[in-house]
Amino acid sequence: MSSETKQILTTDGIPLEVSLKKAERRNKIKAFLLVAPLLFFLIITYVFPIGDMLMRSVDDKMVTEMLPKTFKAMETWDGKELPEEEVFEAFYLDFRKLVDEKREGKLSTQLNYTKNGFKSIIKKLRRKSKSFEEGNYKEQIMAVHKRWADVEYWKAIKRRAPAFTGQKYLKGMDMYKNENGDIVSVEEDRRIHRILWLRTLEIAFFVTLFCFLMAYPIAHLLATLPMKYSNLLMICVLLPFWTSLLVRTASWMILLQQQGVVNDFFVGIGLVADDARPEMMYNKTGTYVAMTQILLPFMVLPLYSVMKTISPSLMRAGKSLGGTPIVAFWKVYFPLTIPGIGAGCLLCFILAIGYYITPALVGGASGTLISNQIAFHMKSTLDWSFASAMGLMLLSGVLVIYWIYNKIVGIDNIKLG
Amino acid sequence: MALPKHTELHYRIWHYFYLTICGAVFFFLIAPLFVIFPLSFNAEEFLSFSDGMKRLDPDAFSLRWYKDMIYGTKNPWGLAAKNSFIIAIFATIGSVILGTVAALGLSSRHMPYKGIIMAVLISPMIVPLIISGVAIFFFMAKAGLAATHTGIVLAHIILGTPFVVITVTATLSGFDHSVTRAAASLGSNPVNTFMKITLPLILPGVISGGLFAFVTSFDEVVVVLFLAGLENTTIPIQMWTGLREQLSPTILAVATCLIILSTLILVTAELLRRRSERLRGINR
Repeated sequence: MSSETKQILTTDGIPLEVSLKKAERRNKIKAFLLVAPLLFFLIITYVFPIGDMLMRSVDDKMVTEMLPKTFKAMETWDGKELPEEEVFEAFYLDFRKLVDEKREGKLSTQLNYTKNGFKSIIKKLRRKSKSFEEGNYKEQIMAVHKRWADVEYWKAIKRRAPAFTGQKYLKGMDMYKNENGDIVSVEEDRRIHRILWLRTLEIAFFVTLFCFLMAYPIAHLLATLPMKYSNLLMICVLLPFWTSLLVRTASWMILLQQQGVVNDFFVGIGLVADDARPEMMYNKTGTYVAMTQILLPFMVLPLYSVMKTISPSLMRAGKSLGGTPIVAFWKVYFPLTIPGIGAGCLLCFILAIGYYITPALVGGASGTLISNQIAFHMKSTLDWSFASAMGLMLLSGVLVIYWIYNKIVGIDNIKLG
Repeated sequence: MALPKHTELHYRIWHYFYLTICGAVFFFLIAPLFVIFPLSFNAEEFLSFSDGMKRLDPDAFSLRWYKDMIYGTKNPWGLAAKNSFIIAIFATIGSVILGTVAALGLSSRHMPYKGIIMAVLISPMIVPLIISGVAIFFFMAKAGLAATHTGIVLAHIILGTPFVVITVTATLSGFDHSVTRAAASLGSNPVNTFMKITLPLILPGVISGGLFAFVTSFDEVVVVLFLAGLENTTIPIQMWTGLREQLSPTILAVATCLIILSTLILVTAELLRRRSERLRGINR
């Protein structure tokens, strides 16, 4: 470009470049203002709460809220010998308050997670503490039970102090920090979480694989049939897609029960004996079958929308150039469907890895996933910080896949229905 | 798909094998839904076909469970249905308004940081529901909205907007922006242009996004389980409790009604999709 170009002015006498930039900026602001309401709504109600989960997962509010004075007093304690009187006094004051609010049971449950044996000594302390005299709480508490005079138990309380720790994350991987500060795995027979993570990955992987194997032929059929037939068959894909998840799970429960329709059928055709009906529900089989059927439409639809764009003349050309149908399919058709395969598989995998309802209903003990464990800790043990930590571990996995999905498919290319 | 006469035998066999597999997969997809239908008319309390039903004996069928669903004593379905509809309708309205406006901004070519903003807006659809449930519960508990209709409606707006954003952006991708410019040049203000020009053209996309939002809310159970109290019970919660505790045939009656509802929604959505494609001049 020549640098001597005369500056073009608008009718107002402003250089055109400036005026255009101004207009551009105004348009940008306009577009952003349209998006802003939803964006801020989601940031406040959704993104920040996920950040809140992050805070909770590293800072155990359950115990710190219950023993504020104790942890304050423990700040100066080196954690080697038994703590001084002031710690005992602070603990006594916190504890009295909890007893008044009838919350000492929660404390004992929580502390028992950290170290076994707290339950009974807290019960005992509650009974005895009513008749405590003022002053010299150290002696009085230690007299309640010999464990209160054991420094290990005080160390266990200190381990729940409000410090930003990753111990919940370690617990999620079945590891913990021992007394020397080394990170070690728990005993072999207590590694429940690792089993769950592996099982979640395994089930998500195989469900995705089954979905792919089943969806590929029917997506191909739908894409190649004349419109009037394919529209009819499309209903078979779309009706389950629009039907309530619980309804579909219910129908699988009816089908797969021991006295259910599938077993009746097997007995009827003599495949199995009436007294040896196989258990198809409340185990992995149930989870596999139900989840595959439920996620199948999510695989069919992306495959179909890609296959629809592949011209049939390409296969014909491949064949006319001497390829057998198999070669033509493998060298021409299949590579063209890879974008659809990627989209469908990633979508299925993302959905499967976080599945909750179906495994909880048909999975039994051996077919449940990590989501079920999160719900269990949210509702039953009330260990919210642990639930948050596991949720975030799952979330980070999903976000990685989401990122890959975005790179390969682009989120604006998600098609629905 | 008739084969030409000259097809060789092994291709013929392969072709029929392929059709059989497809048939089996379609059966696997659709058959489970149709088991519920006849069983919901079962006169007995079992969840499998009685001998009478296999013989098509009219006495083996009855409307007993439908009566139980509607008139049954201390049964929660009435309240649950009312709550479900109220929550779903308000959540749909909220999602449609927020989502459509955001989609208008997103499909403008001037939109800055489009990729990252889109990723945030779509995230409630991608993030596992259990995590959304935990996060939304923490927020609602802090805001004092747990166990209220408002809280559940807000939660469902969060979950429903991604669908509206996606469908409306898709509709807008084929939108000819010169018509809005024409309107503006003729002196129409932006709101008027939107109401009279843009909205009628993108309406099919907006409605089908709304249908998605409605179904999402109507079928949602994971987040509601965290948020709902006894007063806010919904159909999915009742089904969830029923399926966990005891499978009663009344659930099948409810399920049948839900299948009919989803069929109606499917038909509407399909008609809208075709109309939208016709309007946008996409011929497939």
